[in-house]
Amino acid sequence: MLTVAEREEIEAELARYPTKEAVCIDAMKIVQRHRGWVSDESVRDIAELLEMSPADLDGVSTFYNLIFRKPVGRHVVMVCNSVSCWILGYEKMREHLTKRLEIEFGETTADNRFTLLPIVCLGACDHAPAMLVDNELHTDLGPDRIDQVLEAYK
Amino acid sequence: MAQEKPLTEAIPLDGQALSLRGYEQAGGYQGLRRALREMTPQAVQEEVKKAGLRGRGGAGFPTGMKWSFVPMGSDVPRPKYVIANADEMEPGTFKDRYLMEGNPHQLIEGLILAAYATQADVAFIFIRGEYRLAQERLARAIAEAHTAGYLGKNILKSDFALEMILHVSAGRYMCGEETGLLNALEGKRANPRSKPPFPPVAGLWGKPTTVNNVETLVNVPHIIAKGFTWYQGLSRSKDYGTKIYGASGKVKRPGLWELPMGTTIREILEEHAGGMREGLRFRGVLPGGASTDFLVEEHLDVPMDFLEVQKAGSRLGTGTMIVLDDRTCPVGMTSNLIHFFAQESCGWCTPCWSGLNWAKQILAAMEAGRGKPVDIDKLSFQTKFLAPGNTFCALAPGAAEPLQSALKYFREDFERHIREQRCPWK
Amino acid sequence: MGTIYIDGKPYEADPQNNLLHVCLSLGFDLPYFCWHPALNSVGACRQCAIKQFKGEQDKKGKLVMACMTPASPDTRISLLDPDAVAFRAGIIEGMMLSHPHDCPVCDEGGECHLQDMTVMTGHDYRRAEFQKRTFRNQDLGPFLNHEMNRCIQCYRCVRFYRQYAGGKDLNAFSINNTVYFGRNEDGVLENEFAGNLVEVCPTGVFTDRTLKQHYTRKWDLRMAPSVCGHCGVGCNVTLGERYSLLRRVVNRFNSEVNGYFLCDRGRFAYEFVNSPNRIRTPQLDGEAISGEAAEWEFQNLTSSRDRLIGIGSPRASLEANFALRQLVGADRFFAGVESKEWTLITTMIDILKRGPARSPALNEIEHSDAVLILGEDVTNSAPRMALSLRQSVRQQPMEIAKKLQVPLWMDDAVREVVQDQRGPFFISAPFATRLDDIAAITYRAAPDDAARLGFAVAHEIDANAPPVPGLHEKMRAMARVIADALKKAKRPLVVSGPSCRSLAVVESAANVAKALCGFSQPAMLGLLTPECNSFGLALLGAHALDEAVALTGKDATVIVLENDLYRRLPLEKADALLGSAARVIVLEHLSNTTSARASLLLPAATIAESDGTLVSNEGRAQRYFSVFPHQAEVRESWRWLRKPQWSSLDDVLSDLAKEVPQLAAVVNAAPSSKFRVDGAKVPREPHRASGRTAMTANLTVVEPKPPVDPDSALSYTMEGAPLQPPGALQPFFWSPGWNSIQSVNKFQSEIGASLRTGDPGVRLIKPSGKGEYFTQIPSHFVRREREWLVIPIEHIFGTEELSQHAPAIATLAFKPYLALNASDAGSLGLANEGEELEIELGGAKHRLPAKILPDLPAGVAGIPNGLDFAFGEVFPTWRRIERVS
Ligand SMILES: Cc1cc2nc3c(=O)[nH]c(=O)nc-3n(C[C@H](O)[C@H](O)[C@H](O)COP(=O)(O)O)c2cc1C
Ligand code: SF4
Ligand code: FES
Repeated sequence: MLTVAEREEIEAELARYPTKEAVCIDAMKIVQRHRGWVSDESVRDIAELLEMSPADLDGVSTFYNLIFRKPVGRHVVMVCNSVSCWILGYEKMREHLTKRLEIEFGETTADNRFTLLPIVCLGACDHAPAMLVDNELHTDLGPDRIDQVLEAYK
Repeated sequence: MAQEKPLTEAIPLDGQALSLRGYEQAGGYQGLRRALREMTPQAVQEEVKKAGLRGRGGAGFPTGMKWSFVPMGSDVPRPKYVIANADEMEPGTFKDRYLMEGNPHQLIEGLILAAYATQADVAFIFIRGEYRLAQERLARAIAEAHTAGYLGKNILKSDFALEMILHVSAGRYMCGEETGLLNALEGKRANPRSKPPFPPVAGLWGKPTTVNNVETLVNVPHIIAKGFTWYQGLSRSKDYGTKIYGASGKVKRPGLWELPMGTTIREILEEHAGGMREGLRFRGVLPGGASTDFLVEEHLDVPMDFLEVQKAGSRLGTGTMIVLDDRTCPVGMTSNLIHFFAQESCGWCTPCWSGLNWAKQILAAMEAGRGKPVDIDKLSFQTKFLAPGNTFCALAPGAAEPLQSALKYFREDFERHIREQRCPWK
Repeated sequence: MGTIYIDGKPYEADPQNNLLHVCLSLGFDLPYFCWHPALNSVGACRQCAIKQFKGEQDKKGKLVMACMTPASPDTRISLLDPDAVAFRAGIIEGMMLSHPHDCPVCDEGGECHLQDMTVMTGHDYRRAEFQKRTFRNQDLGPFLNHEMNRCIQCYRCVRFYRQYAGGKDLNAFSINNTVYFGRNEDGVLENEFAGNLVEVCPTGVFTDRTLKQHYTRKWDLRMAPSVCGHCGVGCNVTLGERYSLLRRVVNRFNSEVNGYFLCDRGRFAYEFVNSPNRIRTPQLDGEAISGEAAEWEFQNLTSSRDRLIGIGSPRASLEANFALRQLVGADRFFAGVESKEWTLITTMIDILKRGPARSPALNEIEHSDAVLILGEDVTNSAPRMALSLRQSVRQQPMEIAKKLQVPLWMDDAVREVVQDQRGPFFISAPFATRLDDIAAITYRAAPDDAARLGFAVAHEIDANAPPVPGLHEKMRAMARVIADALKKAKRPLVVSGPSCRSLAVVESAANVAKALCGFSQPAMLGLLTPECNSFGLALLGAHALDEAVALTGKDATVIVLENDLYRRLPLEKADALLGSAARVIVLEHLSNTTSARASLLLPAATIAESDGTLVSNEGRAQRYFSVFPHQAEVRESWRWLRKPQWSSLDDVLSDLAKEVPQLAAVVNAAPSSKFRVDGAKVPREPHRASGRTAMTANLTVVEPKPPVDPDSALSYTMEGAPLQPPGALQPFFWSPGWNSIQSVNKFQSEIGASLRTGDPGVRLIKPSGKGEYFTQIPSHFVRREREWLVIPIEHIFGTEELSQHAPAIATLAFKPYLALNASDAGSLGLANEGEELEIELGGAKHRLPAKILPDLPAGVAGIPNGLDFAFGEVFPTWRRIERVS
């Protein structure tokens, strides 16, 4: 069941678009903001609210990479793996992160603190390598910076 | 004469966004005032045409001409839409983020002018999900513009009205392709659409729609405020205005610079980016983002404008360069690029989803020391296979560009990988 | 027409078409995947690449997709250009990167469009070395098997399912080379046309799960042209048999009728033929006897002094019904249908014969541009027609595309410009129907009110049509909107039928059609029939079944032809009819309550084992042919009933034509048994059929003599003429290099148009006059205290008699229920769906779980049509309903 808050936020979006379907990505992001991810149940609930079929909505949800259809940890670390970051040491950064967090891409730490994911170019190429933690951009990363950054996310 | 930088000179150096007040003091919204007071929509189109503004989103399509395709008059389908393409997901490209974070009102004014010129009723800024700061600043700026009477009904007491909506996307490079963007905005899978019909005729929800890149749009207020003659004078080439150039990779001072259109690669890399880092040599450059052909040392004096870069065998693209140095593996770099494109292929047309995936696997195997001599033939077959027109949209041909030029300029590196069954740089 | 140049040679081409359409129509072999003649072009697969040149001077040219390029005059293209050839091979190579090499174990093998195209492009060597991607398959229900690893991402399945058939639960998921086509979770595909995916999918992702239960290689099937017997629409099908088992049904193209698609009832009902309930030996008083003995017994019984009463059947062939009528005499030939339904059917025939409106073929329905449906849930009562109706709403908006100069074959582009605009489509039915999503107005009404709406619409169109007394202003306004839309249309269509069991509903539809015809364009009137030969039986002429009850007696022999009278009459009436007769002879193929009462039981051939003619609701007579050689003691019903002078079906038909002038044209529904192509019969087995000498090698090393077929121009073996026979005799579609169903391209006069040798069937009914307005207008439905008007609700699975004997369909048949709207349910104190209600039906009290149908009008209740204890009830009927406390 969608919460009252989720429902209200989604309904507020409806006013801005001519079709209900147009709100579906926003709706999934709203639910994701509240719950961290979009479960099968949420897919059904959102689809019902927007008069779509669950298959309609899931066709969309599985297209976009910022919609999480699996549970994630408290913080999502997204590491840029595109070309400029690659040139400036992405591989080392990845190695450092996977060692430190003891997880691979797509996994969540045992304490549920971090989920590690790759992401495409973050538009921070002049300060590569870069990563995003919960939508916050961190740049000019080296092992020490990474440790420092992660410390801030409990 | 000091070089003019109309697009960036007002951007604060402390990383803050230029406020509405600051923007107005720097001459902001004068273009809009002028347009609403004394220009017809057609006159705005005309001014932009004469200014010779070409799209900064990658394809370089003349902006005024694109606007002129929008049906005008009272009996055309409505609402009409304008969209700022702020998806910026081309690897190596970071200019639009800077423009939006530094001066959100400049984009808003440009978009309002585009709307006025095409008599649109609703404007969208389609921004990628990861650009959190730009989203916050734009949202605030849109609200300010509303309060100040630049948006809403009776803009600046004229009878022109416009609503502006910030749409935050959920990822995928394909959303930047203008028809994929339309699908994304409609809440669908961002596959591209057939053209024709082109968006100015039938776009968002089947209605006339204009899509322009952020950098394209921020030029417009200045053109309207100061006129096309002034604008033409900014440039050193036949393509007019200034351009935001950028450089990343192992240069001394990676960054962005607004320079006259037609500044050479050498000047950008050596004077502005400070040359290569200590001990490294320049080997090549992708002049306009990940989907452009490599250029090499012999091209350093090529002026960075649409025509000259094309003559040199590449594309101006987004004008943000990615530099390859002599300690970075060209095969690895190509592999990284193709991996990106293969992953972002929307899965609609066969050459793209299959060809790029294959090329990705071949390149990864080569990097891992499992290359075979025939692999080079297979890769060059793919570059022809993915040529423009063979695929449904421009994603795959864009992907083929760095691959084909890498095979041309760095062939020996590919062969060495195969010969030595390893990556020599590892 | 204009001239285009293909590899230097000039050809005539229609500039309105695309180059793929044109090249295929001209007979070129150009490979394709995402394009489908009924789904048009989207340019996704890039398989149809050709070279296009700017002019005579242009030697370099440019690759273009044939399906996305118009055949404008003076177009110069090359199919043989080396770049194009290499590119096309490259596309297959790309698909094969992920396609498993499992042809030897794949159900699609030998009938696979992907195999054909692979051979056509010449891609025959694997250069790729990496692992193929793999997927998890889903359980999609009893009809379809899912094997996603074989997918080549052509998007045909979702385009057909979602855009063409209106399904919502199948989609494309994820991106790049891992796009997944399926449901968002395992489960039965909801759309009634899902089975077409078997043919729409160019490879083995969606295959026939029922065939899998008794799989045979497709080239080993013996095939015959047939007609679907599971509703009144008369879709053309191809049956496939091997080792005396009916293995499957596929679509048989008929440009006027079903085109490329079937409904799932029609595709999967065939298994009834293999049912263990089949009657395979004659029985005399319950004892098995030989066929010869049975014939003798039959002669004996029917030549005695006793009065003969013949009860025909709307699900038996014209020939069988005629044979029975000849035997018993027209006076004592009964329709096998209870009188209310029989009145409806004969009235409908009358309307079509005397009125001005023509009954449309499905193809005309598809192209109608304004539709009014009165009292039918078409998806459940005539499923395939619903698929055509769904396309009709695209007709008017196409004008937008035309205006913007978007070619109509550019499917996605047309959809973009059209958006969700739909042509006028109106439905009046007592409850929500599966076409509501495309309707501009849905009016939920009791049958009388639906009729009133129809009459009101007619009056709005033509003031001479009788006005509706006491018409509510709201209904008048609705009638006006509908009337205006129908009047503006170029090809308006009115659809109605007997499902409401209301003569008024049908008559009101006739009035609308007549009013429209008087107004301007000729309107079409589509009237559904309950069974596959309802109209055939009506044209033959028969009395209502009820009248037979009075005639039966100790001196009567009742002969029942392929009919279960317990589904037609109340129990006591059926018992009286059969019980008081001296003898009962039953010709039937599946055991049922009637066959259990037979003193002489004769095993009748099913549609798959016999030849015959059916008359569809369009009034089209179509011949079906047996796919089984003679089967032990099973005989065609007409053979059991035959006159001594009849030796083949031709004889029956020629007598029929003589005796019943309005059926004279039936003879032309297909060529006679004497017909030959180049002196030879038409083979039912493909040239590729294998194992013929080995088929019975476990029993004997002598190859048995090929069975002969005295009744048709078809042979049972592969021997025969390799040429294209007349459409009605086409046993299967196959052409060198084209092993899949796509080979139908090679048989059409132009892609998507009629078969080169003519589409099967002859129309028997022509509108011949102006008709009269019906003037009996019912008054407004008034609900009763504590009583409900009970109406039957049709179900695609469960209502039709024979299809329930197919196991796959049986699993999806409705579960019994009693439907009420929410407030009526509330008034009975019902808290939840599923709670039990009590109702008296068929003379006894029954308990049924409640179902809430929110839109059912207050005071109306519904039960599924096909509920066994409700057989013989004459609906609609007033009943008390109580909650079981
Ligand atoms: C795969 C792909 C991705 C693209 N991404 C972007 C993008 O992120 N931003 C952008 O402005 N244009 C992008 N484009 C170009 C757009 O399709 C379109 O040409 C552009 O937005 C038009 O604006 P302009 O005329 O102002 O340049 C992309 C094109 C392709 C083929
Ligand atoms: S080239 Fe084809 S698969 Fe690739 S992104 Fe474009 S349409 Fe999609
Ligand atoms: S058939 Fe032409 S692109 Fe698929």
